Amino acid sequence: MSTNAGTDGADGANSTDVTDVTDVVILTRALRKQFGAVTAVDGIDLQVHAGDVYGFLGANGSGKTTTVRCLLGLVLATSGEIEVLGSPMPGSAATVLTRVGALVEGPASYGHLSGRANLVMHDASGRAPQGPYGGGRRDRSQRAAEVLELVGLGAVGRRAVRAYSLGMRQRLGLAAALMRRPELLVLDEPTNGLDPQGIREIRELLLRLNADGTTIFLSSHLLAEIEQMCTRIGLLDRGQLVLQESLAALTAPTGRTQLVTPDPAAAVALLDGQLEHRDGERLLVRTSDPASLNARLVAGGVRVRELGPERHTLENVIEQRTRARATDEVPR
Amino acid sequence: MRVELVKLFGRRRTWVALFLLNLLPTVVAGLLAWTRLAPRPGTGPAFLSAVVADGSLFAIAALAIVLPLFLPISVAVVAGEAVAGEAQAGTLRYLLIRPVGRTRLLVRKLVAVIAFVLAAVVSVAAIGFLVGRVLLGKGSLDGGIISVSGSVLTPTDLAWRTVVAVLFVTVSMLGVAALGLFLSTLTDSPQTASLGAMAFLVGSSLLLTVDAARPLQPYLPTRYWLSFIDLYRDPVLWSNLERGVGLQLVYVVVFLAAGWANFTTRDVTS
Repeated sequence: MSTNAGTDGADGANSTDVTDVTDVVILTRALRKQFGAVTAVDGIDLQVHAGDVYGFLGANGSGKTTTVRCLLGLVLATSGEIEVLGSPMPGSAATVLTRVGALVEGPASYGHLSGRANLVMHDASGRAPQGPYGGGRRDRSQRAAEVLELVGLGAVGRRAVRAYSLGMRQRLGLAAALMRRPELLVLDEPTNGLDPQGIREIRELLLRLNADGTTIFLSSHLLAEIEQMCTRIGLLDRGQLVLQESLAALTAPTGRTQLVTPDPAAAVALLDGQLEHRDGERLLVRTSDPASLNARLVAGGVRVRELGPERHTLENVIEQRTRARATDEVPR
Repeated sequence: MRVELVKLFGRRRTWVALFLLNLLPTVVAGLLAWTRLAPRPGTGPAFLSAVVADGSLFAIAALAIVLPLFLPISVAVVAGEAVAGEAQAGTLRYLLIRPVGRTRLLVRKLVAVIAFVLAAVVSVAAIGFLVGRVLLGKGSLDGGIISVSGSVLTPTDLAWRTVVAVLFVTVSMLGVAALGLFLSTLTDSPQTASLGAMAFLVGSSLLLTVDAARPLQPYLPTRYWLSFIDLYRDPVLWSNLERGVGLQLVYVVVFLAAGWANFTTRDVTS
């Protein structure tokens, strides 16, 4: 993959923050998937780097799950290329997927078995190369106990999964994904069904894993979840990737300052040329330096209630980039 | 591989199926022992007329009782469940990303289904033998019984013939197993796959009774099922047994190839 680094960097208008492509963990080129007449994924170029927490956003039916399934070789792409951990998919699935942990569209397990037995069986069903990416047969039950502890199921690991709540099943699914200490985690709605405390626990766990070097590809429609965790964002709209940026760049100050004052008229008089917009007591000023603005206002005798640089919220950004769904449009 | 066997035999429903398979012959043996009303030779399930004379023969009679309907139904259910059941439970996607190769998974499922067939046939024969001995008693002809052709078969003769019969019945079920497995890769509903396989068998059995379908009959999967009775002729009449095995192998190859072609190129969206 490092050999065609030159073309990778030029690829896609959104990859402005790409400097080094040797550490690309997920790469798709013009990935396209058609189900009959419906184009679920329409030519997307994903780029996920090692160490990223990549937030894959999109409305229901925008093609998130289909893309995830393509990455994992479950759904076969109509056209386009996919590389995961530097090897083509689905061609190299047998070697690549041993280094990937995944949660796709909800967890699944055998209800009559215990959580621990499910993990052991899941691990035993594939080949077990001893190596840096996870142990073999010998430490299997120990690894199962470890990951159960990690996701907070240590106490109920021996209970039959049939009796698990949705949140516990979700945790078990995550445990299964972690069984082999993967380099890459592909998680589709990982906090589905969890209570707020559970969501926080899982978020902390994922951030800890990321700090230890695990790349995380997180697909979700929960903005708050993405905003709190992710370093980079990919936004899907009707099967197309309309945005791929680092979160820091997206929510960087816009160069304007927001001001709330009980004396708006005086402030307007003082800031005449710089005023961009006024909405009652709320003013928007063209300056990227809130500190000197504040000094000027105070010197001019204008009382200031709130003052700060304007930032786009992720919600604004997404609203701008996606076309609203027409009222009569059927969500796909 | 062991995983699939553990999965299959770790399930209560597998054991219920085996229990039910053995229940019917046992009930029949009980009724025979109670009434001593064996069907006249040439009517009713094969060998049933002979077992009143010698309970040991009930092993074969039990196979003949379950073979036309009970056994193929249970095989169709287990085979239809193989892939579609995992798809319905959602575990198929996790197996594939573990990763387990699709071809490998299909082979494992086939082996597991064959293991089930073998377990079913052997248990029916073994329990049939025991039940026959206990309820119907040991035959009066010490050291041998009369073959279908009228000559005497020694216990050794009987033993190897019964082993071959068990194998032949197992092989006879492979066509259904492969068909069930193929259908199981087509749909995400195990019931649909099982019913499809059963419908095929019912169709085949029906065509065997229609004279107009005579040109088709040598190719029907159920055509040679009861030919294992030929093993108890003296000398053994091999021709139909050979044809039966050959035919089943053709069905296995065709349906497995179809199942493989479908499963390895299919989108797993369950």
